[in-house]
Amino acid sequence: MIYALIPFLPLFSFLIVGIGEQWIKDRAHLVAVPAMVGSFVLSLLALHDVATGQTVNVPLYTWLTSGNLDIHIGVSIDRLTAVMLILVTTVSTLVHIYTIGYMHGEPGYARFFAYIALFTFSMLMLVMADNLLQLFVFWEAVGLCSYLLIGHWYDRASACAAATKAFLVNRVGDFGFILGLFLVWYSFGSLDYATVFAQAGTLASKTTNLLGPIGGTWDVSVMTMICLLLFTGAVGKSAQVPLHVWLPDAMEGPTPISALIHAATMVTAGVFMVARLAPLYNLSPTAMTVVALVGALTMMLGATIALTQTDIKRVVAYSTMSQLGYMVMACGLGAYSAGMYHLLTHGAFKALLFLGCGSVIIALHHEQDMRHMGGLKDKLPVTYWTFLVGSLALAGFPLTAGFFSKDDLLVSSWSAGPLGQVLTICGLLTAGLTAFYSFRLVFVTFWGKSRVDPHHASHVHEPSTTMTAPLMVLAVLSVVAGYLGIPAFLEPVFHGEGAAAHHEGSAAYSIMALATLMGLTGIGAAYYLYVLNPGLPDRLAQQWRAAYELSLHKWYIDEAYDRSLVRPTLSAAQGLWKHVDVAIIDGAVNGVARAIAWGGWFIRLTQSGQTQHYALGMTLGAVVILTVYLLL
Amino acid sequence: MTSFPWLTLIVFFPLIGAVLCFLVKAESSRWVALGFTIGTFLLSLPLWWLFDPSTATMQFVERASWISSPPVNYSLGMDGISFPLVLMTTFLMPFCVTVSWTAIEKRVPLFMSMLLVMETAMVGVFVALDFVLFYVFWEAMLIPMYLLIGVWGGPNRLYAAIKFFLYTLAGSLLLLVAILALYFQGGHTFDILELSRGTYGASLQMWLFLAFFAAFAVKVPMFPFHTWLPDAHVEAPTAGSVILASVLLKMGTYGFLRFTLPMLPDATVTFTKPMIALSIIAIIYGAYMALAQTDIKKLIAYSSVSHMGFVTLGIFVLNIQGIEGAVMQMVNHGITTGGLFLCVGIIYERTHSRQIQDNTGLAGPMPRYAIFLMIFALSSLGLPGTNSFVGEFLVLAGTFLWSQFATAFAALGVILAAAYMLWLMQRVVFGTPAPAHRAHLLDLNARETATLVPLIVLVFVLGIFPNPLLTRMHASVTNLLNGQKAPAFATTPPLPPLPKAAAAMAAISPSSSEQAAAR
Repeated sequence: MIYALIPFLPLFSFLIVGIGEQWIKDRAHLVAVPAMVGSFVLSLLALHDVATGQTVNVPLYTWLTSGNLDIHIGVSIDRLTAVMLILVTTVSTLVHIYTIGYMHGEPGYARFFAYIALFTFSMLMLVMADNLLQLFVFWEAVGLCSYLLIGHWYDRASACAAATKAFLVNRVGDFGFILGLFLVWYSFGSLDYATVFAQAGTLASKTTNLLGPIGGTWDVSVMTMICLLLFTGAVGKSAQVPLHVWLPDAMEGPTPISALIHAATMVTAGVFMVARLAPLYNLSPTAMTVVALVGALTMMLGATIALTQTDIKRVVAYSTMSQLGYMVMACGLGAYSAGMYHLLTHGAFKALLFLGCGSVIIALHHEQDMRHMGGLKDKLPVTYWTFLVGSLALAGFPLTAGFFSKDDLLVSSWSAGPLGQVLTICGLLTAGLTAFYSFRLVFVTFWGKSRVDPHHASHVHEPSTTMTAPLMVLAVLSVVAGYLGIPAFLEPVFHGEGAAAHHEGSAAYSIMALATLMGLTGIGAAYYLYVLNPGLPDRLAQQWRAAYELSLHKWYIDEAYDRSLVRPTLSAAQGLWKHVDVAIIDGAVNGVARAIAWGGWFIRLTQSGQTQHYALGMTLGAVVILTVYLLL
Repeated sequence: MTSFPWLTLIVFFPLIGAVLCFLVKAESSRWVALGFTIGTFLLSLPLWWLFDPSTATMQFVERASWISSPPVNYSLGMDGISFPLVLMTTFLMPFCVTVSWTAIEKRVPLFMSMLLVMETAMVGVFVALDFVLFYVFWEAMLIPMYLLIGVWGGPNRLYAAIKFFLYTLAGSLLLLVAILALYFQGGHTFDILELSRGTYGASLQMWLFLAFFAAFAVKVPMFPFHTWLPDAHVEAPTAGSVILASVLLKMGTYGFLRFTLPMLPDATVTFTKPMIALSIIAIIYGAYMALAQTDIKKLIAYSSVSHMGFVTLGIFVLNIQGIEGAVMQMVNHGITTGGLFLCVGIIYERTHSRQIQDNTGLAGPMPRYAIFLMIFALSSLGLPGTNSFVGEFLVLAGTFLWSQFATAFAALGVILAAAYMLWLMQRVVFGTPAPAHRAHLLDLNARETATLVPLIVLVFVLGIFPNPLLTRMHASVTNLLNGQKAPAFATTPPLPPLPKAAAAMAAISPSSSEQAAAR
């Protein structure tokens, strides 16, 4: 029962800070940070319980009942949930502490703490759900927090637009999610994981005729439908192609949010969902293939875009997208524990990188353009060294956590059949790109001559301890997380399903060697281009104009959506309103009224009150009747 | 307990206030109205605990002879379907008074008295168990509403008032014809329960269905009978808009539930498909219309068309999730859209404009207002944790049992709702204030805060704890569905889902392979 406090401590923190915002002001962290620490400690206890073989299940209350629909809210913890709890509470605690320095003196200080506490509550409830509807409810709730936090600086037009975009794109994904959820309920009569998983096998061979309503025949496996519809939600939340467009724009939010929500926790919810629902996905090879391909595509697309971006946060954002692609691909290939492993290490080093960016941005008075940075290595030593650790982990440099998890992921993928082998090769190539853009970021930002605005250059200094301490903790975690035996801990969750994670043998060593080689090549290339020959990148950009533009403009996907979806929808709305609603439908209503009015006017003509008119009428009438009578 | 005339008290208590408004000083009439609306709410509140959720029979029944020939009775009663609507109505009325406190400056006593007359008529409609009595209340609503729009409305108020009046009156006349037809065919009685127990011939049912449809579809309003709504909303004073959106629209859907479904089960089944089609069109079309608006009130008015589409959709899928979702959605729409209109009224008092471009960047100067508006907007787009999600979720779940494809289309409305609402928020809440209005943008005063906070609380209470309300509906809704003499409906999946008759009727429902095999 005590474990119900894991999510509820942040909720209390939200309620106290949120409702007492006007009163609590810049003391918000005095409530928020202890609550988070408490939640973290309880998560550790929960992890210990789970590791010793217990499972935690605390039903809280019945949310709604209607017919056979019976939904409970509660918290339940197994190994998969436990590691997510540790990730979420760790990063959230560190981000809470970092925020004290980062948001210091901002007018929305308390509001910011309230929202991140609400987010943490929602995220914890999401991972602790034991049924699909609770998952969905908090899935939307974390999306709401993301929306509110992206739009934290509400007077910036770009931030507001980014917030709306994030919510809308996720809504598109959730549209599929909720249909998938209905299909699960329709097929199994329940939304509880346990019940659904127990019956999953019975549905394996069922099909449904998708073209039935229009008289065609197209039999599709029900399980594939379920998995793909649910995966649509994951595509939105985890920024997979084609719903990835919101994530880079989400960088408009304050940087601690980018670390917490848009790198370490919320965006990984999609990966978590696929892993959580592994018993369903395992029954649909088609869906698995789609998942793997979408992941691989995202992985490569993100990396190619990250190569040329100049906004420091956007580089990291596209890198996040690419790394999420790795995880989704792994899940699609059945390597769930490898995917989850990478999710956890990535959570540590990517949060570190974002918080490092935040330090740089604060030191430079909200400058985010790499072209106006450079030479910060000596002025921001803590930030630099921790950032370097994070970049090494991201690049998969040997002995960092990122090295172990990426290696585990690629080896597992390789053993998943021909598709897995093709995708492993893609993964290896992307690893090279990853190392390249990470170290491009390091070299351009921290090395070389300073290109900082002279106004600020003189007083660039390391931020306060509340900001540097979380960096150091995360830097340690970015290494240590590789030695904790996470895959072995997670293995029982996916016991005997999909490809096993451990494959000793020559293939495994070759992949490890290749991955390391790709990483080192990428770092070397970045060093060659940005340190040894600083003029070369521009020349290359000129030479490969088309490719450069394509990458810089993010493959023109935003433009394509704008032209094919956004604008047509808005103009259709305008057109429908003016030409159908006002002109036709309301026109008909007014037309009827007018017709009646005219009718009345016309008939009134006969009631003029003048005798000669009536006499004329009588005469005419008599003539007409006589004529008709005579002629017929 | 049953002997105490709760319902008569609730219905006629406001009427006393309506008279009293003219007897006191003009200034005091506000206090009279406030006192009587709160009093009515307090009178209705005990019903929450007195209501017995385990039975589907009418509760708190009162019966007295009114006219002996033809036999018209004064009979009132309440079941799990009317119960939430009555409470919602009495709950909302005090806020209609407080929001009009300073906004209404001329003829205050008449205004306040009209609000109270409205309340009597509205509650009366929900609890009347005699058709003539029902019709009296039904028509009685028109006059105060006509005055509210026509006297205190905006510049184009006469057009809007007459349009509203004539449009709904035209529908109501067919309702009267239907009532008379039922009287002569159904054993010469106007008793609603007795008429519900009767059986009627197929062709009579068809005609009656169409007559009921004319009356109720205009009220809801269903596509394409909705064009009176934007005009009426835009021109009406805030309290009028709230009453219109929150309560008056529910009369139509209540009518479907109280009369069409129980009395005309065969015709209901026959017309299921067109009704569902119209509902889905309303959901999507209303949302598209909302996207095109620049007037905040008009935008919300069109969003009502979309949201009420969910209600009619839920009703006509004829299963327990659908109908319970529909009733939830009726209550939720009342609270949420009521809240949105209150918010618009509050900002209109400051900037004297309902245009989006004149009301931008409110988060800076009016943070509390911005939060409240945002909460209502999020509720309106069906965010889980708020009230609207529960209703829409249940309606969509019910629809899914009827047809998976219909659900996909209806769920598109949820995406579009997010689009128009968030776009509105992006322009109104976020950004920077229009310079011309900046000086007027004072945050909510105590009266306005007190007007909005109870609604906000209810948004969350119903979103997080919907079950107490749902359990009070179960018996009545189950009974309503069992009363359907037509084929039984899918109230229980799993798989072999739609019984054959229903499946045959629902040709657009996808068939699983085993169903295909069964055929």
